[in-house]
Order: sequence, then structure tokens, then C-alpha cells
Amino acid sequence: MTTLLSAEGLHKSFGKTSALDGAGIAIREGEVVAIMGPSGSGKSTLLHCLAGILPPDSGTVTYRGQDLTAMTDNARSELRRTEFGFVFQFGQLVPELTCLENVALPLRLSGMKRKDAERASRDWMERLEVDTVADQRPGETSGGQGQRVAVARALVTAPKVVFADEPTGALDSLNGERVMHLLTTAARETGAAVVLVTHEARVAAYSDREVVVRDGRSRDVEFVR
Amino acid sequence: MVCIVLLMSIGHALLGLLEGGPRHGYDLKRAYDERFGQDRPLHYGQVYSTLSRLLKNGLVSEAGVEAGDGPERKRYAITDAGVTDVERWLGTPEKPEPYLQNTLYAKVVLALLSGRSATEVLDTQRAAHLRAMRDLTRRKVDGDLADQLICDFALFHLEADLRWLELTAARLDALAEEVAR
Ligand SMILES: Nc1ncnc2c1ncn2[C@@H]1O[C@H](COP(=O)(O)OP(=O)(O)OP(=O)(O)O)[C@@H](O)[C@H]1O
Ligand SMILES: [Mg+2]
Repeated sequence: MTTLLSAEGLHKSFGKTSALDGAGIAIREGEVVAIMGPSGSGKSTLLHCLAGILPPDSGTVTYRGQDLTAMTDNARSELRRTEFGFVFQFGQLVPELTCLENVALPLRLSGMKRKDAERASRDWMERLEVDTVADQRPGETSGGQGQRVAVARALVTAPKVVFADEPTGALDSLNGERVMHLLTTAARETGAAVVLVTHEARVAAYSDREVVVRDGRSRDVEFVR
Repeated sequence: MVCIVLLMSIGHALLGLLEGGPRHGYDLKRAYDERFGQDRPLHYGQVYSTLSRLLKNGLVSEAGVEAGDGPERKRYAITDAGVTDVERWLGTPEKPEPYLQNTLYAKVVLALLSGRSATEVLDTQRAAHLRAMRDLTRRKVDGDLADQLICDFALFHLEADLRWLELTAARLDALAEEVAR
């Protein structure tokens, strides 16, 4: 399998706080990688740097041979919109839109016609077993349903990489497992890689392998080798 | 189970303690009880039968006998083969199963005592646990409800181990200080 996305020698500080101190990681096509480690170790910062949301102070992030850190902001946003999908712990759905409109949003932003966008979105909502809440607003769904809507929205653009930061953090075990099962099954079917930040071992157990971050340094067995 | 696991690691624990220098059998027992024997001190019989096994396997050697007789007069020293054995033991994860706390705790303490990396011991174990959890998760996802429930039981227990591994990793500095005292 070829490396899809990798980072090397990442350093990132917030004021005097060093969040990343030489972190590195390599993600191959279609694999599900869990990033684990104690609170404050730099997991989210690593994910944000990998996804081109946050520029590292130094180090490189390479996606399919392109250096993300050397791209213009516009090119990076375009890449994020077309190649990446995102699922966070909460607060990612637009409250004024229905769940269906939320899922369709990335497609609409890419210029797809409303009808086509909503048809594709309905398919994904069915796969994630949330077609029943299509016409409700996010505030009118349960936490588990909301997360599955978010997963549908992350996958609707057929991304190459899905970034998920504690996607089950606000859910009970049963709903968390359901989200993980549906997310990883869908990602495996579409060939998307998943970069999953979690501190829960049972959630990480849905991955193919794990990378442990400690004090801003990551231990990526595959990468070191 | 606890007992068997404990018994299996006594030899390694004694070897680890001997890395600090040669000792008499009763010295070893005292050191062991102090560190690992909280509610389960060793019997002298166990100490001497373990030492004679280690001796037979070339992992310890006799390091001087005091006047008089009886095993309690002998001092034992760890051999190069013994050091290699300790290293292999510390570097090999335990098979993930419940009730490992005694063995894992002993490994961590002995790694700290001998100046080896306790983080390495914890990381190796953590990787083995997660591998087992991944296999169970795969079985669970492909299985029926009965499989799911059985796998979940094992998963929750392994998760408890992992939480202990993480908490211990976070407390290594404090533990190192205490162990050095
Ligand atoms: N925007 C920010 N401003 C200031 N400090 C930050 C910011 N983001 C992160 N940090 C700091 O950087 C370090 C790493 O944070 P990060 O969010 O990456 O940790 P994490 O591993 O995701 O933790 P958690 O498991 O609690 O989410 C922490 O010390 C944190 O306080
Ligand atoms: Mg975080």
C-alpha cells in the first residue's frame, strides 16, 4: 500500500506551550489509524496539522506528493473540501439547516445541483441509518443520530481521508460503537483512509493500527520502520 | 489464575532483584515481599526451589558460601544468561488476559530498578492488548448477538487493563522516585 498522507518533524507551539515536538506519522491509502495518547499530548494538534487546518511551525505534511505547508491558503481549502472529510466531537452541523441539507452542504458548495446533492445525501443517510431524521434539524436529533449525520456529511464527497477527532466522545458505549462500526465499514467500502483521534481503547479497536502521541511526539511503528 | 501468573514470574522477579547485586536467599525473600508480596509473601520453600531451578538453568550462580551448612548460607548472583533472560521477559508482552496486574506491576518496578525503560514495557504491553481488542472487535462485528456479548465482556476487561497501563505510564516519574527510595 502506498503512503497517502504523511508528516515529518512537526513542531507547533501555542505561545510558550509546545503542542508538537517532532511528531511524525504516515497514513496509507484506505487504512484506519487511531491516534491515541493522554489528554494534552498533542493529538488534536497533530490531526489539525495533517488536515491542513493548522500550519505547523516547522516540519512537513505531504499529501500525495504535495507539500501542504507550501500550498496557498486557497489551494489548501480546495484540497480539504474535495479530498478530506471531517467528523468532530460536536458542534459541526449547521443548526438552521435540516439534517439532509447539512449532509448535502459540501456537495452544494462544490456546485452540485440541489436535487442531485440531496439524492446522494439520502443514500448516505440510509447507509448510516439516519434517513428517518432527514427533515429534522440537528437540535431535534439524539447525540448518536447527530454524529451519524456528521459521518454521512463527511463521506458524501467520497473523500480520500476522513479525519475524526473523538467522534464518539459525547456518546454512550452502545451509540459510540454504532458510529464506529458504520464509519469504519463505510470508509472501508469506499476506500477512504480514516485518521481517528480517541483516548478510548474500545473505539481504537475499530482501527487497523494505532499511533501513540506522548508529549507532542508520536510513536508510529510503521513510520519508524 | 492470579496465583499461577504470580508463580510464573517469581523466577524473573528474583532475577531482576539480583541485578542489584548478589544476595542470600532470605535477603531475596525480604526484598521480594517488600516490593511485590503485599498480601502474598513468598514461602522460604518457594524461594529456594526457584533458586535451585535458576541455578540448574545457569541463570544464577553461587557467589560464596558462608561457614555452616544449609541453603541459607549461600549467596546467589545473576549470570549473563540471567540478565538476557530478564531482558527478554521485560521485552515480551504478557498474553492479554485478565488478572495480569501482579506480573505487569513487577515488570514495571524491575525495569525502573534496573534503569531500563518502563515506558517501553508499558508500550509493548499496550500494543499487545490493543491487538487482542482489535481481533475481538472484528469477531464481534462479524458475529451474532451472542458473539457480540461474549466479545464485549472480554473487551471491557482488556480495556480495564489498558486504563491501568495508561495511568501507570502517567505516574512513572512518581513511581521511579518511590522505587529508588
Ligand atoms: N489553540 C490553542 N491555544 C493554546 N494552546 C493550545 C491550543 N490548542 C492546543 N493547545 C495546547 O497544546 C497542547 C496539546 O493540545 P491538544 O489539543 O493537541 O491535545 P490533545 O491530545 O488533543 O488533548 P485532549 O485529549 O484533551 O483533546 C495542550 O497543552 C494544549 O493546552
Ligand atoms: Mg483533542
